[in-house]
Amino acid sequence: MQRIGDAPAVRRGLIGAAVALSALFLLLPLVAIFAQAFAQGVGVFWANVSDHYTLAAIGLTLFITVLTIPVCLVFGVALAWLVTRFSFPGRRLLQTLIDIPFAVSPVVAGLIYLLLYGRNGWIGGWLDAQDIQLMFAWPGILMVTIFVTCPFVARELIPLMQAQGSREEEAAVTLGASGGTIFRRVTLPNIRWALLYGVILTNARAVGEFGAVSVVSGAIRGQTNTLPLHLEQLYQDYNTVGAFASAALLALIALFTLAAKAGLEWRAARREA
Amino acid sequence: MGIRLSQIAKTYGRPGTPRALEPIDLEIASGELVGLLGPSGSGKTTLLRIIAGLEQADRDPAGTIHFGSRDVTEVHVRDRRIGFVFQHYALFKHMTVFDNVAFGLTVQPRGQRPSSGEIRARVHQLLEMVQLERFAQRYPAELSGGQQQRVSLARALALRPEVLLLDEPFGALDAKVRQDLRRWLRHLHDELNFTSVFVTHDQEEALELSDRVVVMSDGRIEQIDAPAALYRAPANRFVFEFLGDVNRLEGEVRDGALTCGEARLAVDLPEGPQELLLRPHELSLEAAPSAAAHLPMTVTAVVPVGAEVRVELAADWLAEPWLATIGHGDFERLDVRRGQRLYALPQRWHRFAAEGRPATQPSLA
Repeated sequence: MQRIGDAPAVRRGLIGAAVALSALFLLLPLVAIFAQAFAQGVGVFWANVSDHYTLAAIGLTLFITVLTIPVCLVFGVALAWLVTRFSFPGRRLLQTLIDIPFAVSPVVAGLIYLLLYGRNGWIGGWLDAQDIQLMFAWPGILMVTIFVTCPFVARELIPLMQAQGSREEEAAVTLGASGGTIFRRVTLPNIRWALLYGVILTNARAVGEFGAVSVVSGAIRGQTNTLPLHLEQLYQDYNTVGAFASAALLALIALFTLAAKAGLEWRAARREA
Repeated sequence: MGIRLSQIAKTYGRPGTPRALEPIDLEIASGELVGLLGPSGSGKTTLLRIIAGLEQADRDPAGTIHFGSRDVTEVHVRDRRIGFVFQHYALFKHMTVFDNVAFGLTVQPRGQRPSSGEIRARVHQLLEMVQLERFAQRYPAELSGGQQQRVSLARALALRPEVLLLDEPFGALDAKVRQDLRRWLRHLHDELNFTSVFVTHDQEEALELSDRVVVMSDGRIEQIDAPAALYRAPANRFVFEFLGDVNRLEGEVRDGALTCGEARLAVDLPEGPQELLLRPHELSLEAAPSAAAHLPMTVTAVVPVGAEVRVELAADWLAEPWLATIGHGDFERLDVRRGQRLYALPQRWHRFAAEGRPATQPSLA
């Protein structure tokens, strides 16, 4: 028996189109990145990657990412917990507010931070008087990166925690478990895969963020240049191989992230089977 | 340990909205097995969750909950020392059966926590009691529904609670397993002698299992009684209708007889419109009317399965069809077939005043 819409011509047509489009728009650019990066041989690629400024950019990017992830993790878990386990006025509004960083263009986010915390900004003026500089320094980059990435963990957790309900937690509390014990032994094991998945997405975005960071960083080579900003500068300087070497690094991080995500999904599927 | 509730009420949402639970007083004796019976939305689960402490009762009126002489109104669930069995088991999915049962013991504060050897012994004893020792290393997803519910019972009993609360414990199971588990719970209750309260919407379950049944509707207690008394003397129409199938007869009373179309039944009631209620087993069927009752009906369906034969009856003068349960002897004697015309002879009927409270139940025999 044949299912509806399963005629051989239709099937082949759809699969063919999907493969062709994926190759054209996804696979080919990826291949091009690596081809360009290695266009003048491994030696030149390595020279570019081990360049002083490139290393500084890599270091700053990793530093920002390492700081961003724990903040987003704690924020996401707390928010998901609040939204799914308690009922209070404004709960729906809060759920909508979580999505603001997704809805707002990152450049706009960067500008708002500049407006607020810049030297002439509302809060920035006061901070400047205290001799604290946030904008055009790593704290500013960290702030906008957190802003842009903070919804990922919460967004992963909320549907899951809603679906699971609080029965297991209720059972644990009737058995005399304290709040901390319940979180550690009941809640966390139930959400750990979603949590890890949220962290992977947060990581991917934090590493690759360009728009918001470019507004607040000032792009000082060796000081406030993240890898994506550094890449763009190299490209503007007609250093194509250098730009693509950095791009290859970013692409590698992305590929690694995707592999980790696929691995998690495979594990999750196997656990359910 | 007895349970005493006084003036326990619950409103969800803003004060002033209709109450899920009207102020309720209830006393449960130590060692008693009490069923909270009612349709969905009657407040029975809310009441159970308030007893457990999973739900907070209203502050106004300021109700109190006592376990024995101990006032637990403001005591957190964690410290009430109850066992709670959830409808859908609520087992910890990521733990083995053993770890599930051991959970309550392992989360005790350091000073009171038994040694790991004691925990192991206790868990094995509990698993033996629920006949699941072989499954100690399995995960909940690998067990059947009935087995999962037994694990959940063992888990709830691990801390030797004096009060066991069960929320529709057998609701999600099929009929045969439910029957077994009921018997088994009754046995366990008699053996371990805790005080139990369970919620059910199944009349048969409530009547079979409970020492006393609390019938609830619309957030109120309609009646509290032993199963036999409840069935024999329902306090009002709601209880009567909820406890079993009901046949309705509406008509005008004039000159000592209630008439409705071609139907006629001799009654000793004041003149005017009246409504009588009859149980299916309080009817017999005959080929001819009697002097007191002329209730002609047509057989629409016959189910000759089980100890009794269920006969569905319809007539022009009836708004809803009637149900009669008759013996196999009568069934064969009358040779009941679909489409046959028979006469119903009520042995007994019930009548509830419009407001529902008093009931009159004369016998026609």
